[in-house]
Amino acid sequence: MARHVLIIEDEPNIIEAISFILTRDGWQVDTHSNGHDAVDVVRARAPDLVILDVMLPGRSGYDILTDLRAGADTRDLPILMLTARGQARDRELAEKAGASRFMTKPFSNADVIEALNALVAK
Amino acid sequence: MPQRQLTGGRIRERRIALGLRQADLAKQAGISASYLNLIEHNRRRIGGKLLLDLSAALGVEPSALTEGAEAALIATLREAASAVPHVQPETEAIEDLAARFPGWAGVLVERHRRVLTLERTVEQLADRLTHDPYLAASMHEVLSSVTAIRSTAAILVDPREIEPEWRDRFHRNINEDAARLARSAQALVAYLDGAGKADAALSSPQDEMERFLTRRGHHFAELEEECTAHDRVIAAIIEGDEALQSASARAQARVYLERYRMDAERLPLARLQAARGAASTAEEGLDPLHLSARLGVDPATVMRRLASLPVADDRETSPQMPVGLVSCDASGTLLLRRALDGFALPRFGAACPRWPLFAALSRPMTPLRQTLRQSGRHGRLFRAYAIAQPVGQADYNADPLFEAHMLILPLSQDTVGPALDAETAAPREVGVSCRICPARDCEGRREPSILTDGF
Repeated sequence: MARHVLIIEDEPNIIEAISFILTRDGWQVDTHSNGHDAVDVVRARAPDLVILDVMLPGRSGYDILTDLRAGADTRDLPILMLTARGQARDRELAEKAGASRFMTKPFSNADVIEALNALVAK
Repeated sequence: MPQRQLTGGRIRERRIALGLRQADLAKQAGISASYLNLIEHNRRRIGGKLLLDLSAALGVEPSALTEGAEAALIATLREAASAVPHVQPETEAIEDLAARFPGWAGVLVERHRRVLTLERTVEQLADRLTHDPYLAASMHEVLSSVTAIRSTAAILVDPREIEPEWRDRFHRNINEDAARLARSAQALVAYLDGAGKADAALSSPQDEMERFLTRRGHHFAELEEECTAHDRVIAAIIEGDEALQSASARAQARVYLERYRMDAERLPLARLQAARGAASTAEEGLDPLHLSARLGVDPATVMRRLASLPVADDRETSPQMPVGLVSCDASGTLLLRRALDGFALPRFGAACPRWPLFAALSRPMTPLRQTLRQSGRHGRLFRAYAIAQPVGQADYNADPLFEAHMLILPLSQDTVGPALDAETAAPREVGVSCRICPARDCEGRREPSILTDGF
């Protein structure tokens, strides 16, 4: 059975490219592009893994992550954070909020696939 | 005796400018050249008849040789001393310092001015790079485009088979993102090109708006007059001002001018000036609550109107009495800033949480009045009046949104007279924003200060 990944990202062309490579790699891909209801969407779709952008319309990725870590059903969900920043402070914020892994834009497709496979293998 | 010492230098400068030899001037003043030499090098006191004779020979008023610069020098030395109170400089000896060591006093003054200039530059650059929403949005735009291009290009060069429909789609995406990247990069380069200068060229919409209002002195005579076509007048003001380049800045200007027009209708300039003229003191003439009660207009409108007075009229009514104004929404975001000399306002990001502006938000409709001093600035005092009032139309069972205003006046003998001494006793110490505030042990601190802790 295909592993299920939910991409929460607001840039349509990034969503399209990542969806394509992950689908080709055997993932079942689901997407969402708004921050304010992202927590509900994660709970409703129950993915095996989430790719979460930090800068989203409606709500910050850090806040979404914090809420997900507070919920019993999503506390251990593997979450890969994507951000356009790469400063130490952003990495700290992501780790503090409970990110399973942190990736800075622009990233390579190979890195994304490697990160996801590593996360579900844990 | 600062007058004796500093006056000597002026006599020498003036004599040299006129091309006179020491002997010639000494002869005209009835003294020896060697005595004049001592005077010019600040080693002899000068006053009375000799001062009158020398000034007559130099063709200047005696006051031109003895007043002005000394007072400015001593005032700046006091300012420099108040900026570092923990060093405990001997402030009672400032005049003596200026008199005995005018050169060193000049060095101190020059260094102090230089520090102020550099602090301002650091403040502007640091704020711009860390809090500037335009820069953050531009960087995000660039990185998002690059990410999409990199990911899509990697798919296209992958030797694995790709369906023609997907290939066409990715080609289109790359083309779109490349165009977007080019636009964002150009805008960012233009922005950064000006970021290294303290008074950088126009860049963000906030910069444009501020430049627009500053150039107009926050006053729009066109909107003060009775007119039935204000929409056209507002459109013409916006179109005619080259400071407003971006769509966002023009939209902000429209909102500002529409409110300006409503305020002017509610409180015409002539009524406001008449009420100010009838006030018994200079401060009463700028007291928003006093004017509000007298004119039957809410205090926030009075504050905005006071901050939009024409400069010339303002000087006639109340010489040297400029006012500052800051407004914020319920989130504390600054919406409007009219700068007041000596009271620094943050260029971007959040201001000092100790400002009465924010206290007003927690006490809606309660007018506040406080005496303030900005930490690490120059020890000058300011009076702040603040109030939070609801915005928009009231509706049943709907919580109103509040907006706060803070009017700032410089406090001096001119404004409060003999009561100034009492005011200086316990002013509220406030800052500009945490990053450039030297205050230690502040319960409101959000982040370390670059002035005390470095970058």
